[in-house]
Amino acid sequence: MRVLLIDDEEELVSTLAERLSFRGIDADWATSGKEALEKAAITSYDIAVVDIKMPRIGGIELKRMMSRQHPHMKFIFMTGHGSEEDFRTGSEEAGAEYYLVKPVDIEELTRKLKKVMSRQGGAQ
Amino acid sequence: MSFLEKLKPDFWDYHDIAAGSHKRLFNFRRMWKLTVFLTAGVALIPLISLTVVDYHVTQRSVASENLLRTARLVSNTRRSVFYFFEERRAALEFLVRHYTFAALNERGTLDRLLKDLKESFSGFTDLGLIDPLGYQRGYAGPFDLLGVDYSLQDWYREVCKKGIYISDVFLGFRQAPHMVIAVKRSLPNGSFYVLRATIDTMKFQGLLSGLEMAGKGDAFIINRQGILQTPSLYHGRALQKLSLPVPEHAPKTRVFETKDANGAPIIIGYRYIDDTPFILMVVKQKRGLMKAWRETRTELLIFLGISILIISGVVIWMATYLVNRIFIADQKRIATLHQVEYSNKMASIGRLAAGVAHEVNNPLAIINEKAGLIKDLFVFKKEYAGDEKLLGLVDAILASVKRAGTITKRLLSFSRHSEIRIQHIDLKELLQEVLGFFEKEAEYRSIDISIDVAPYTPVIESDRSKLQEIFLNLANNACLAMENGGHLNIRIAPEGLKNVKVTVSDDGCGIAKQDLDRVFEPFFSTRTRQGGTGLGLSLTANFVRELGGEITVESEPGKGTTFTVILPVAMERKEGNNT
Repeated sequence: MRVLLIDDEEELVSTLAERLSFRGIDADWATSGKEALEKAAITSYDIAVVDIKMPRIGGIELKRMMSRQHPHMKFIFMTGHGSEEDFRTGSEEAGAEYYLVKPVDIEELTRKLKKVMSRQGGAQ
Repeated sequence: MSFLEKLKPDFWDYHDIAAGSHKRLFNFRRMWKLTVFLTAGVALIPLISLTVVDYHVTQRSVASENLLRTARLVSNTRRSVFYFFEERRAALEFLVRHYTFAALNERGTLDRLLKDLKESFSGFTDLGLIDPLGYQRGYAGPFDLLGVDYSLQDWYREVCKKGIYISDVFLGFRQAPHMVIAVKRSLPNGSFYVLRATIDTMKFQGLLSGLEMAGKGDAFIINRQGILQTPSLYHGRALQKLSLPVPEHAPKTRVFETKDANGAPIIIGYRYIDDTPFILMVVKQKRGLMKAWRETRTELLIFLGISILIISGVVIWMATYLVNRIFIADQKRIATLHQVEYSNKMASIGRLAAGVAHEVNNPLAIINEKAGLIKDLFVFKKEYAGDEKLLGLVDAILASVKRAGTITKRLLSFSRHSEIRIQHIDLKELLQEVLGFFEKEAEYRSIDISIDVAPYTPVIESDRSKLQEIFLNLANNACLAMENGGHLNIRIAPEGLKNVKVTVSDDGCGIAKQDLDRVFEPFFSTRTRQGGTGLGLSLTANFVRELGGEITVESEPGKGTTFTVILPVAMERKEGNNT
């Protein structure tokens, strides 16, 4: 399972990636939509964990762009703005698997990633 | 006092401190006073002036009418009295012209003439014929006065000089009032004789006492020395000195006002009767005369009094009613102003809170991840493992981050206006669900939680998640306020037809009086040391308002606190909010 973490805070994504690796999840990271698109073009990722609010290319827009190129890719959204319930309504339309509120709980993220993977595995 | 307090309108003691002076358009008490005084003034001043003018005009006309009537009475009576003397004088005059001295001196002539006079004119008592030397030559009457010498008497001298004499009244031998009239007949040869008659004055006493006069009127005759010639009703008997001063000589009838010996106001009319020593006087008591006027005056004053009462009553009632209306309108205006101000304040706080929360959230997330990574290293890497102290420190950091995260989340939900989703809600069910969160805590702390539901409490239409938040907050506050072994009681009851009332009461530490007004203000907390954000009750109040309800608090320090939430049974539905 390959995961791409995208957030404009490098400190955040890099740490998250390292922590995920302790939990047996191979995670890569990008700090902008542009970088994410570039990385996705080279490597095939199963899941993208995207911050909704980013400069230039926002999370939802990024999902649309990436979904076109990689239709099999699943998405989990993160936000630091508003509560879970608040952005659930917004991101449901965008078609994310899950939505997490920052600060993200690493155990929860791990659980959700594994769930998505197992579902995908089951489906395939 | 309490009755006055009840009468006092609402605006009387009203001082709006919160709105500030520039927001208060009206000083209601001043406005009321101005209205009352101006309206009452405009209505009452003309009324009172007219009444005063009418009072004086009527009084003056009644007074002058009295003077006029008195004058008329005096001049009519004077005529009668004057003719009384004139008649008798003319009769004597006729006799001395018709009969010569010799003819009169004949035996029996005077007796015959006296008899005729008594029959034709009343009052003649005797007749005497006096020669130029002053001796009475002939006499007819009840006394033996023949040969009496009158030559040295004043009246004889006066009749010789003037040709006629009318005496003052005197008491005759029989104690009856009499007077004397004497006429002189001058002969061409220079000689003369005098005819003298005594007249009983009872006749003209009757003339005067028969007069009908209002107001204790009194008519009498005095001589020029002020001796009463006829009896008076109130001012002395006949031949006594009059108790009033003798009025000064005037050629015509004169009327004036003065005071009698007792100081009572009187009207005096008088006339000097020509060719006699007499003055006719009419004295009237002014009080009696003004009786009719006093009755009119009483009616006038009663009318004025009742008018003033009615006008004042209507004016006060109108002013109170109008000013109260304005007061209520102004109150509503201020309340709206407060509400707008409050919403604006909340909106700015919301924006500020969202900004702060958002900015703080990112570094918080980084701290969280970094600390998490450190923890991971301790857990997953053998070379770091086993240092309990460092692990404890990292856990403390993570706990603090979590706490900070709760604050930012609350701040954000403060600014958020999520859509309201209306559902049918059984409040009892919802509250049981909410109180489920406290089951464990209540068990540990042996807190007694009870829910009472009054019969006929309807199912309400409202937003489930907001209601949960509201009651979660209130129950949480109650639990924090109570010692172990406290009681938390929740009561649900219908409030009128359109509302449901939920009271959340605890017997905890209570809220100090000075804090009671501020508990719903954002960032106001008495538990800052225990991690209170000061947002809980403020959010709760916001939610209640969003649901169209009201929240109030009552508290007594040391005894407990009761929050009352009133919720509408039916919410106004907005578009797209249907479940």
